[in-house]
Amino acid sequence: MSDWGYVAMAWSLTTVVLVVYAVWIIVRGRALSRRVPPEDRRWA
Amino acid sequence: MTSQLSANSRPDPATGVDGPTGPTGTGSRTTRILGLITLVGIAIGAYLALVSSPQDENMGDVVRIMYIHVPIVSMAYVGCALTSLGSVVYLWKKSQWWDITAAASAEIAMIFTALTLVIGMIWGRPTWGVWWVWDARLTSTAMLLLLLLGYLAVRRIPADAATRSKRSAIVGLLLFPNVIIVNRSVTWWRSLHQGTTILNTLKPKIHDQMAVTLVVAMVVVALIFAWLLIHRWRLAWLEEQLDAHELDRAIAERRAESAAATGSAS
Repeated sequence: MSDWGYVAMAWSLTTVVLVVYAVWIIVRGRALSRRVPPEDRRWA
Repeated sequence: MTSQLSANSRPDPATGVDGPTGPTGTGSRTTRILGLITLVGIAIGAYLALVSSPQDENMGDVVRIMYIHVPIVSMAYVGCALTSLGSVVYLWKKSQWWDITAAASAEIAMIFTALTLVIGMIWGRPTWGVWWVWDARLTSTAMLLLLLLGYLAVRRIPADAATRSKRSAIVGLLLFPNVIIVNRSVTWWRSLHQGTTILNTLKPKIHDQMAVTLVVAMVVVALIFAWLLIHRWRLAWLEEQLDAHELDRAIAERRAESAAATGSAS
């Protein structure tokens, strides 16, 4: 594998992991918000 | 007057119920601005790291992996330090805010430490010729990952909130000392891993443009960490609130059942 192959592997993996984690947080946050009263969501 | 009343009693966007309104998730105006700045930073950082910065005379293009590896491990250290700090403050003041901060920070630090190890392996294959070696830096980083997994596992052991927080805070205290061991491992023991490069002010070992790229990458990864931490903190807060509401509901149901049973018996 060329140097650029290793670079692409490292950058792609990092991007995928961070994007998946961020999306999971947002989706789960939206789902839980529906079940928690608005007065307990203090960052409004 | 009528329009004011109708504006105040509009449905909550998250629950659809009339009354006070709240955010629909973990986002807010601040996090949206932070997210936008972070995205711009990612674009600039990627251009500098992948296009603009020069090849390394020894590593060639593989040096471009360093622009994510070094910032990610640095923020993993920050995450561990924050977890230890949160654990100390929780044990001292029983602060729920710091307990949640410690937990949110530990989860992000765990992901960043795992990424550090995998990215390091990808860098090690073309540079050292092997994916893994039981070197002091690599082994101590793997132990740090195990400790973070242990912290998160302790938080999942069924217990009341105070017991869970106290147990995990005790484990959290171990994280920062372990970070010092990981960071100093290349100095204390013979190591294949390179020694101090960036903070070596007496004999700088890095090209100017590479140094600028690395600083930009550090700032960008710090922004990503901050964005994730704020959202993860809010998610953990929602989880705590939901647990508390469900516990209250369960207690009320049991009391009602008990009262009904007592009434029918008499």
